[in-house]
Amino acid sequence: MATPTTNIPAHDVAPEDLATVSRQTSIYVYEAPVRMWHWINAAAILVLCVTGYFIGSPLPSMQIGEATDQFVFGYIRFAHFAAGWILTVGFLGRIYWAFVGNHHARQLFYVPVWKLEFWREVIFEIRWYLFIAKEPKKYVGHNPLAQLAMFFFITLGVSFMIVTGMALYAEGAQEGSLTADLFGWVHGLTWNSQRLHTLHHLGMWWIVIFMIVHIYVAIREDIMSRQSIVSTMISGHRTFKDDRDD
Amino acid sequence: MSQIETFYEVMRRQGITRRSFMKYCSLTASALGLGPAFVPKIAHAMETKPRTPVIWVNGLECTCCSESFIRGAHPLAKDVVLSMISLDYSHVLMAAAGHAAEAALEEAIQKYKGNYILAVEGNPPLNEDGMFCIVGGKPFVEQLRHAAAGAKAIISWGACASYGCVQAASPNPTRATPVHKVITDKPIIKVPGCPPIAEVMTGVITYMLTFDRLPELDRQGRPAMFYGQRIHDKCYRRPHFDAGQFVEAWDDDNARKGYCLYKMGCKGPTTYNACSTVGWNEGTSFPIQSGHGCIGCSEDGFWDQGGFYNRLTNIKQFGVEANADQVGMAAAGVVGGAVAVHAAVSALKRAQKKTQDKVES
Repeated sequence: MATPTTNIPAHDVAPEDLATVSRQTSIYVYEAPVRMWHWINAAAILVLCVTGYFIGSPLPSMQIGEATDQFVFGYIRFAHFAAGWILTVGFLGRIYWAFVGNHHARQLFYVPVWKLEFWREVIFEIRWYLFIAKEPKKYVGHNPLAQLAMFFFITLGVSFMIVTGMALYAEGAQEGSLTADLFGWVHGLTWNSQRLHTLHHLGMWWIVIFMIVHIYVAIREDIMSRQSIVSTMISGHRTFKDDRDD
Repeated sequence: MSQIETFYEVMRRQGITRRSFMKYCSLTASALGLGPAFVPKIAHAMETKPRTPVIWVNGLECTCCSESFIRGAHPLAKDVVLSMISLDYSHVLMAAAGHAAEAALEEAIQKYKGNYILAVEGNPPLNEDGMFCIVGGKPFVEQLRHAAAGAKAIISWGACASYGCVQAASPNPTRATPVHKVITDKPIIKVPGCPPIAEVMTGVITYMLTFDRLPELDRQGRPAMFYGQRIHDKCYRRPHFDAGQFVEAWDDDNARKGYCLYKMGCKGPTTYNACSTVGWNEGTSFPIQSGHGCIGCSEDGFWDQGGFYNRLTNIKQFGVEANADQVGMAAAGVVGGAVAVHAAVSALKRAQKKTQDKVES
């Protein structure tokens, strides 16, 4: 095997290191607004899940001071609402960026169901995750299975949580408020808002399941696939580990 | 059409003084959220307008609406409205019985055709051609359709008429059906609750009789002035909710201190009604004030939302009774377990490949 030429300073290169050298192409995939949205969104979701869980099952009663001096549950709810607004505004900004951003900024919002090639690659990815395929393919953006998951968990999941969450928020904001005007119609679908609470609560677990899978798969693919994953969402660059074709 | 008495005449005939009449008008105005300027308007309407007849029919129900109605905080409201209703038809309260009662109903329907308000307590069961509720020898649904045909507007009293209530609880063997799903061509105002508050009932009737139109309704067709806010929005225990001070068990110290009943399954945050402002039994109390959480009786499907004492609703679709957290945690547990196994297999595969590569090279 011919040793590839390299311009890495030689003082720290062992012979076995040189064997792994490739041309290391990198592509700028995720623009700054997409990356910022990702991390703000992640933080908002984390806050929303934790506070949302405690809104459904409150912490043990606390006796810090008089009821008027104490606002524990109020702060938990405030954090939930504040994070909910950040999530909503962020999501709207992300939709805007899908229009003005690059090709990869649009991948989140659609599933190319009409493309046979897409489904063929979904099946290939499933084979890769079932340990049947020996080597994964290279992808610049999301792989087809990831795109499918992103669409159902994030695009639909977050939309559902925003719509139901805003409708619940409208109950406190009351008739005549902006949220009641925009989202009050949701109550016309569920009537008893206890049902809407339950649906919103199940939605949280839908997002939690996504988080488990997403973090696991991102780290696993970072290690086992042929491209960078985790750092791509930090630097924006997708680097490939080898120069071979698919 | 024969001369119909005005409200004022009926009241005077009942021995009510003018002074008491004016008191009633101002009480009603404030109950309806109207300014003092409306007091003379209400008085004028009651003095001059021929009263609108009310026909009150009862289907599948428990009569708690009637029971609540006759316990109006302001005795005048009760006496006035009640005496006029019993003039027409209400088989719980009218003196007549049997054929005489049915004849009175028929007479009222013919006499006031297109003019009367039909108040419905209870709902019609539709299974077996409506045979689960017989009134005057006929299925109630027939009486309802017949009486509704000539009505100007319909009031659905209580959770039964509005939503179905406990007789419509899953699996609803009699197919008890709320009024608006049977009568679809008339304006319907829902006054839910099990029962509704007496002042709310008299307030709604007085508004409709005085202004000759339906009050402003919310999205579900309930009068917005009474169902515009949640119990929670006006609950006097709200500071304990915001503070995070909850009753943890029925016999704990927090219960004695009157802390928030949220953790005990109080449905105040999801229930639209006037209990926490108007109160019950002449404003004496309401469920939360007496130390018991709200069960959400003025909300659709309150009877099928799991236990009254659980914060999170049981979801029956999953076969066993479990709430959103239990379902979610089970699902997250399964996924988390699968991820762990998958990670382990991935690591093994990778180790295997590395050894293989070493052997090959």
